[in-house]
Amino acid sequence: MLALMKRDITLALRSGGGFGLALAFFFILVLFVPFGVGPDREVLARIAPGILWIGALLSCLLSLDRIFQLDAEDGTLDALATAPIPLTGLATAKAAAHWITTGLPLTLASAPLGYLLGLPTAGYLPLIASLAIGTISLSILGMFGAAVTVGIKRGGLLLSLLVLPLYIPTLILGAQTVTRAIDGDSPAATLSLLLGLTLLTVALVPFAASMALRANLR
Amino acid sequence: MFTVQNIDAMRGPRRVLSNVSFSLKAGACLILRGPNGSGKTTLLRTLAGLTPPSAGTMNVNPEDVVYTAHLDAVKPQLTVAENIAFWHGIYRTPQTDTLERFNLTELAQRDAATLSAGQKRRLGLSRLHISGCKIWLLDEPTTALDAEHVAQFAQILTDHCASGGIAVISTHLDLPLRNTQTLNVIEFTPSAATKADPFLEGSY
Repeated sequence: MLALMKRDITLALRSGGGFGLALAFFFILVLFVPFGVGPDREVLARIAPGILWIGALLSCLLSLDRIFQLDAEDGTLDALATAPIPLTGLATAKAAAHWITTGLPLTLASAPLGYLLGLPTAGYLPLIASLAIGTISLSILGMFGAAVTVGIKRGGLLLSLLVLPLYIPTLILGAQTVTRAIDGDSPAATLSLLLGLTLLTVALVPFAASMALRANLR
Repeated sequence: MFTVQNIDAMRGPRRVLSNVSFSLKAGACLILRGPNGSGKTTLLRTLAGLTPPSAGTMNVNPEDVVYTAHLDAVKPQLTVAENIAFWHGIYRTPQTDTLERFNLTELAQRDAATLSAGQKRRLGLSRLHISGCKIWLLDEPTTALDAEHVAQFAQILTDHCASGGIAVISTHLDLPLRNTQTLNVIEFTPSAATKADPFLEGSY
């Protein structure tokens, strides 16, 4: 499993990997918002949590279809499925590698981008905490969507449609955590709900994903 | 021992082969024969555990089996050495003389994207040696290999069988191997009546 994670991270960082894509998309989206909405700092500060969370979510979505597709196309997935690692382990390693190359950089990039949108000081810590926790569940759920659509050529559209509704609870809880902190309320309740949701996906989704992979290998 | 009793091999909803049985002792090498589309790949995928058989029993530990398909499972962005190291990590086997055995030493630092079809195939086949598995399932292993490397690969196969391994090979080309058994896949094609029965097709 560690070998697989290491290889996936290496592949993402090499040319043709998806590492820069999600990050660049996140930057572009957030940088364009002030041009579209106008330079009113109050308005920007108000919508900043939502924009940052939606931006992170869409950037995450962008690189999902590579999780299994490339391995399926060159036969690696068949070889891995017959290798002595369980498919749940394979699914978990894939999601972990996706989080390290997508979720983690997005979380780190969110702080400077929050500054650009004039995010109030009270929002930074909840923003980073909620993104760090929330992107884990985004990666896991996205990996599940990728496992379901792995047999379909150009399955990106189906994958997005499948995954987006699953992302909604994470988005609501994540954005609310930041908004509540800015408004002076305690973000602890939504943050712990988000953590619970993430732990639930980590515990259950790899099994579902392994079953989806098993069915798609037939 | 690798025994298979009366298994049916499915490709999607279609029953491609039925009632396949064979028994291989340690050191045996089975050649699968049959025209294109007769079900050799389907049978190998079933034996590899990728598609469960819809009927019959297979007496095999899935961890003993390694399968090489038409596709080489080679990552073009990684170098040859990195590809080999990755599979060593997956199978948890120590790095051995894989590069020498498959004549890849000079290519070790090359990106796999720059390899020729035959070189890529050799890298793909090296996974057999890396895995340390007893049972090798090979789907057209010698495609794209030149005569010299076909002979070299036959030697690797002979060594594998001599040390108690088992190989099941689908091939159209004659491999210079001794003591092989042959299974003609076409004999197990279901009769037209079974094929045409829509209820039987959906009933697995």
